[in-house]
Amino acid sequence: MSEQEFGFDTLAIHAGAQPDPATGARATPIYQTTSFVFDNAEHAADLFALRAFGNIYTRLMNPTTAVLESKVAALEGGTAALATASGHAAQLLTFHALMNPGDEFVAVRQLYGGSINQFNHSFKSFGWNVVWADANDLSTIADAVSNKTKAIFIESIANPGGVVTDIAGIAEIAQKAGVPLIVDNTLGTPYLCRPIEHGANIVLHSLTKFMAGHGNSMGGVIVDAGNFDWGKDGKYPMLSEPNASYNGMKMYETFGNIAFAITCRVLGLRDLGPAISPTNAFNILTGMETLSLRMDRHCSNALKVAEWLQNHDAVEYVNYAGLKDSPLYDLHQKFCPKGAGAVFTFGLKGGYEAGVKCVSSVNLFSHLANVGDTRSLIIHPASTTHSQLTEEQLALAGAGPEVVRLSVGIEDVADIIADLDQALS
Amino acid sequence: MDHISYDKTYISDILRSVKTIAVVGASAKDVRPSFFVMKYLLDKGYQIIPINPGIAGSEILGQTVYASLSDVPVAIDMVDIFRNSSAAGPIVDEALTLTPLPKVIWMQLSVRNEEAAKRAEAAGLKVVMDRCPKIEYGKLSGEWAWVGGASGAISSKKQSMHASGKMQSLGLGPGIGVKK
Repeated sequence: MSEQEFGFDTLAIHAGAQPDPATGARATPIYQTTSFVFDNAEHAADLFALRAFGNIYTRLMNPTTAVLESKVAALEGGTAALATASGHAAQLLTFHALMNPGDEFVAVRQLYGGSINQFNHSFKSFGWNVVWADANDLSTIADAVSNKTKAIFIESIANPGGVVTDIAGIAEIAQKAGVPLIVDNTLGTPYLCRPIEHGANIVLHSLTKFMAGHGNSMGGVIVDAGNFDWGKDGKYPMLSEPNASYNGMKMYETFGNIAFAITCRVLGLRDLGPAISPTNAFNILTGMETLSLRMDRHCSNALKVAEWLQNHDAVEYVNYAGLKDSPLYDLHQKFCPKGAGAVFTFGLKGGYEAGVKCVSSVNLFSHLANVGDTRSLIIHPASTTHSQLTEEQLALAGAGPEVVRLSVGIEDVADIIADLDQALS
Repeated sequence: MDHISYDKTYISDILRSVKTIAVVGASAKDVRPSFFVMKYLLDKGYQIIPINPGIAGSEILGQTVYASLSDVPVAIDMVDIFRNSSAAGPIVDEALTLTPLPKVIWMQLSVRNEEAAKRAEAAGLKVVMDRCPKIEYGKLSGEWAWVGGASGAISSKKQSMHASGKMQSLGLGPGIGVKK
């Protein structure tokens, strides 16, 4: 049977996770070790030269982490995946493989504030230049492409505003430009949204959020869709040209449709080092087994909370693509019909002060800087996650002073609404 | 058969049944894909015969290199082609003159020659195009998942162990691919 013949939930539980060959353990063991012994000197040499599959050192690969990688790759419909210490690390390794100093990439402004910071500041110090566009106006994306562009970056469901992005429309622009489309699917998860089916070439996650789901472990992942020709024009030298640190090996020629994932592993992770811990990989794996159950509850709770907020006197507006009158409702139906996610924003008539009061008054919601926990979470982006942004950037990112962001948990929805009710009164 | 996608059993039957593989376009350079594949398949217990007229008579990985398929003194089960798509045509035609006939023509990633494939199939051979036997073996054995690959398989059975302690062979069963 091929993977496509199994349902999503079967893959979420079983993909990559056979009983342990050494012990027969049914749950995936935590291989909490830094290193792995070689069979002999030849085996060691083959592993280092990438001629053999196998384990060397946990910075590069680990059997527990490999189960996580194989499972995410299967759920996203990719060819291979690479887990990293965090979502930010996944972005760093992805762009490290694609960019040279002086190159550009196009990103839409509707992004997680941490990504906006990473692109605007840290990436610029490497000479990787972000050019901003607007996810709600595809012509701005096409206009932002130049002959220096190496990639287009979007989120499937954007944080904080819950904006559903037109993945297929943007994939067309990327294809025309001859560059890969990178989709951060953190808020969508492969249960709600499968970007590769809409033309994405690379899918990233902060696994810390809904994939792990319990707010206890950091992790990120890069999924290689295996559908981009890295060799056609020498535009991606790390993938297509002889690599000096592997005696002149060409990654794309050698590894074909998993070349991107392998390049991020054996050049990016090897040299930059942001490896995930095996224990975190195990925690995330355990969370992922119940991904669909949690996402169904997250989404149904989020919709009920959004509908309730819409009718509240203190609330000016609610940005949730799952609401029938949302301008993004059609995109939600097209790209994530099972649910519009559980992270969204609403605006308070009382502005900045009202936002601060709301997050200070909750008792069930936790006031913290994370999303995608079983617990309901709340934050006022303008005073926290997005506080480094200018007022104009705040407005463009959907994080104005009046905005409160929720990550709706899987508690009883009546209790979630009751907590908001008392906080807003 | 459309030669776009292959049934898992089709591939595993091939990798389970062949023993002797001639690698056409074999390189002695240890960073070339053909070298990787020869090394890997040798480790799995296959007999490998490198074909490369430029270095005939020398050895790659301890295996004597021959100038052409016709020069090989033993029966060949599978011809693995590391040449471009148009060069694959004459190689297939030469393979079809051998006695006994090979059982399988295998063309590597990005190598595809539909006409040659038809001729081989008409002669009763199995054909695989645009695939790599190392990758396919890795997927079937589960090793593919060690590098984060989506292997295409799920199983609730304990994986078997290689004689040397390397995990492998679940998709292929015992007997083939075990070195010792």
